[in-house]
Amino acid sequence: MIPLDQLALGEEAEIEQIETDHLPLKLIEMGCLPGNAISLIQKAPFSDPLYLKIDESHLAIRKETAQHIFVRLKK
Amino acid sequence: MGRSINIALLGNPNTGKTSVFNRLTGLTQKVGNYPGITVEKKEGICKLNRTTRAHIIDLPGTYSLNASSMDESVVIELLLNKNSKDFPDVAVVVTDVENLKRNLLLFTQVKDLGIPTLLVINMADQMKRKGISVDLPFLEKKLDTKIALVSTRENQGLDLLKELLLNYRQLSTQPTIDLYTIDQQYFENLKAAFPNQKLYKLWLVITQDVNFAKIDRKRVSDATDFRTQSESELKRLQQKETVKRYQFINEILKVGLFIDRDSATDLRSRLDRILIHKFWGYIIFFLILMTVFQSIFDWSSIPQDFIDTSFAALSELAKTRLPEGVFTSLLAEGIIPGLGGIIIFIPQIAFLFLFISILEETGYMSRVVFLMDRGLRRFGLSGKSVIPLISGTACAIPAVMATRNIENWKERLITILVTPFTTCSARLPVYAILIALVIPQGSFFGLNYQGLMLMFLYLVGFGMALISAWILTKTLKINSKSYFVVEMPNYKLPLLKNVGITVWEKTRTFVTEAGKIILAISILLWVLASYGPGKDFSEAEQIVTEMHLNIEDEALTTKINAYKLEHSYIGILGKAIEPVISPLGYDWKIGIALISSFAAREVFVGTLATIYSVESDAEETIKNRMASEVRVDGKPLFNIASGISLMLFYAFAMQCMSTLAIVKKETNSWKWPMVQLFGMTLLAYVVAFSTYQILA
Repeated sequence: MIPLDQLALGEEAEIEQIETDHLPLKLIEMGCLPGNAISLIQKAPFSDPLYLKIDESHLAIRKETAQHIFVRLKK
Repeated sequence: MGRSINIALLGNPNTGKTSVFNRLTGLTQKVGNYPGITVEKKEGICKLNRTTRAHIIDLPGTYSLNASSMDESVVIELLLNKNSKDFPDVAVVVTDVENLKRNLLLFTQVKDLGIPTLLVINMADQMKRKGISVDLPFLEKKLDTKIALVSTRENQGLDLLKELLLNYRQLSTQPTIDLYTIDQQYFENLKAAFPNQKLYKLWLVITQDVNFAKIDRKRVSDATDFRTQSESELKRLQQKETVKRYQFINEILKVGLFIDRDSATDLRSRLDRILIHKFWGYIIFFLILMTVFQSIFDWSSIPQDFIDTSFAALSELAKTRLPEGVFTSLLAEGIIPGLGGIIIFIPQIAFLFLFISILEETGYMSRVVFLMDRGLRRFGLSGKSVIPLISGTACAIPAVMATRNIENWKERLITILVTPFTTCSARLPVYAILIALVIPQGSFFGLNYQGLMLMFLYLVGFGMALISAWILTKTLKINSKSYFVVEMPNYKLPLLKNVGITVWEKTRTFVTEAGKIILAISILLWVLASYGPGKDFSEAEQIVTEMHLNIEDEALTTKINAYKLEHSYIGILGKAIEPVISPLGYDWKIGIALISSFAAREVFVGTLATIYSVESDAEETIKNRMASEVRVDGKPLFNIASGISLMLFYAFAMQCMSTLAIVKKETNSWKWPMVQLFGMTLLAYVVAFSTYQILA
């Protein structure tokens, strides 16, 4: 299990655990929930923000938020 | 007289909700005006059949009923306020077929409030290309509602939607999920305390930090049982609720929605690869901005010149054709130039909004937010500040309103505070005339000086916005959690009708709102310049004639007029502030223009026009008239030093009542507009002072 900001570009993973207190509810409502698929589509310079595909949503979040999401790589 | 029903349109951003609204209402819609109300409320009328009219409100786009920004709070406030005259008889949730799962989350929430709720699945035209198909009867049964499959692009499915709206009474109002399964004990207690209220509604009242007009929020949250829940526990319950809702939705979509991934084409990733590339992405953004600004100036100049000459001719016509008198003079010297000063902005504002709405409609704006976030964060702004800063080049008023989707309060406040530094279109005429006056023709490596000066002024505006944002970040002690979640929507071709309506609405609002102020000031100025106290004004002719006995008639008239102006109310006012502004290189006439500009900058040129035309009837253009103004020592009033000093004063000073009013509304306090008024104006004074002292 690794924090989301360490995911490599194009890698596919599954959300394992989220630290609810540090995440906006909006992100959770957009599908950032344990069990959902997640992949990193693009990074802005300095790896921040991150452009992600979570479940079926495409969205961008900042690195500091991504550190509170833990993912497991898909084999 | 038939019946009328209230309809609320809801939906996630980027689902085409506004397209549905535009299709239904066309140009019958009206947008709530700034200044006056906090909320941009879009409403319109749609005839459903011969006897029934629908009053439709297009609510701001929202991802859920758990509000995280001001725009979203508006939605909840309306849905929870049964006593509002706009409370919907039926809610319509607009969804995008490609993001159905996430869009349905909002649907289940709205339905759980016990409001009859219809579902619109939009972008049906995309289904075939994306390999999507839906089992409508199944979805209708499971979601316990009626569904209209719509394509706003191809104008399909809207008749069915109207028919469903007519029969809204048949819609079920049963909740979709059972809140008791989240936390039996908690919700049972809640229900027992308020047996007459819908459970989900109570839950929202507890969790949402919004104004509930008539709901006794106090009573609910004061009940000790519910207060004991900490914020973090409440959030855990909200997360459980979200999980529940997704379980419900997933169960249904597993059967009701088919996606054939293979037939999907991938425009998004191909475009994203270039448009948000680490290097090329920025180059492309810069090129787009350049193109936008270039075309605004190039394309606008033709209609603007036309408007300018037409109003000058009209004013002349009024003067020569109408019988002489107070009314004619007011019309020709106050009202007509005043109106011209408003209308001349229309081309630029319209072009700017044309570009902004195209960039938004295509989905490109979100990519810009993504690209710029990191860089702007250094200055205490957010990627989302890009939109206000770009819109600020048209007008600070819509720009300040565009900050509403910045969730973080500190970032939003700073964006609001610095936006007025961006060069709005009202500064343009001031710059244009001063540049033409004091900056020499000629070029430097093929770039002409005058153009370079204008570009410099734009850069100075942006630069000052960034610098002051940085200072504010360091000095303002506000703790707010920094949340940043931006949806990256699919790329779309802009819908002509949407773009057209945006341009029309924004331009119209500018003309009516700013126009009122400009017109009122023009009239006030004319009155102040046409009357004065004491003998110096009323017996000006006699005094001047006695002073200059051997002088031609024409020169005498000019002298009389000048003497009158000096002793009119406005002359006295200008003279009073002259000691303060003379170190900046200005005389009392510029002083008058400065005072009137505090209402709105764009009156600068009009004011000078009024002052000079009152002073002399010579048929000279305003520019030539300004060029011939001299100081006591005979040197021209407008030279490089005073001209640049004046331009920089306009670049930094907070001279716009409407902006102050909107900032007061948006920040809900007089503190911040006052900070802007005094802070920016002081800065302007200091910069203009130093510039003049160095250059002169």
